[in-house]
Amino acid sequence: MLLIRCPYCEEERPELEFRNAGEAHIARPTNIAGESDDDFEKFFFIRSNPKGVIYERWRHIHGCARFFNAVRDTVTDKFVMTYKAGEPKPAKLPGASK
Amino acid sequence: MAKAAVQTKAVEASVERRPALAGRAVSAPGVKVEILPPAERISLRAPEASLAALSKALGVTLPTKPKASAAKDGRTALWLGPDEWLIIDEAGKDPLADCAKVTALHSAVGISHRNVAISVAGPAAAVTVNSGCPQDLSLEAFPVGAASRTILGKAEIVLLRTAADAFQVECWRSFSDYVFTLLSEAAGDAAN
Repeated sequence: MLLIRCPYCEEERPELEFRNAGEAHIARPTNIAGESDDDFEKFFFIRSNPKGVIYERWRHIHGCARFFNAVRDTVTDKFVMTYKAGEPKPAKLPGASK
Repeated sequence: MAKAAVQTKAVEASVERRPALAGRAVSAPGVKVEILPPAERISLRAPEASLAALSKALGVTLPTKPKASAAKDGRTALWLGPDEWLIIDEAGKDPLADCAKVTALHSAVGISHRNVAISVAGPAAAVTVNSGCPQDLSLEAFPVGAASRTILGKAEIVLLRTAADAFQVECWRSFSDYVFTLLSEAAGDAAN
């Protein structure tokens, strides 16, 4: 079983308590009514789906119920790190060579 | 609701509180699983600025650390999230009425009838709970007084360690049959 660190509970908890909530850092347009159809499609439907490191929202639904962000590797399924919702993308990932 | 109140006495009798699975208990070598008597409970949500006023009104200091709980005079406050607590009053007083006097911003919802408490006690208590709960229940990771919302099998529970070898499992009334049965089966297995 994967152990995921919840930044609010400040410890690693079993994956059964968590739920994935899609890609992180997708900002809703401030003037959504004025968006063109193409821009709206990009915001609403198009996700990066990378092979490798992905930034995701997760929710500790069966715990503190908080949303937070997690950096996960889609190849190894390893969680690189987690951080609180609203915080910016980490500039440098722990263990990254570059 | 008001209409129901003016109807006959027979109808009144039907709204009498009937706790789920009241009095049920299962004993296995090393662990006893039993339904605890009803208690008053509230779900409390509040920002940090309101904590002092709420703690004073409730008579118990709301814990701010993850997985912590605080107890005083039969009233227990369990940390569930950064702005969420479960208050359990086993002394028969109403925490909802205490919160009603507080003017600081908060939300208190009575959930006394929604929750059912199950006691799991005995040397094999941790093994019994761990049969469905994936958390680390060693005394280092989950000391006496630790509390956490977690999962037991398919049901969400709130787990509180009341002693080194005793847990209190809080679950929703509609899950209580499932949770009690799972714990009872686990109690039998834990002895082996």
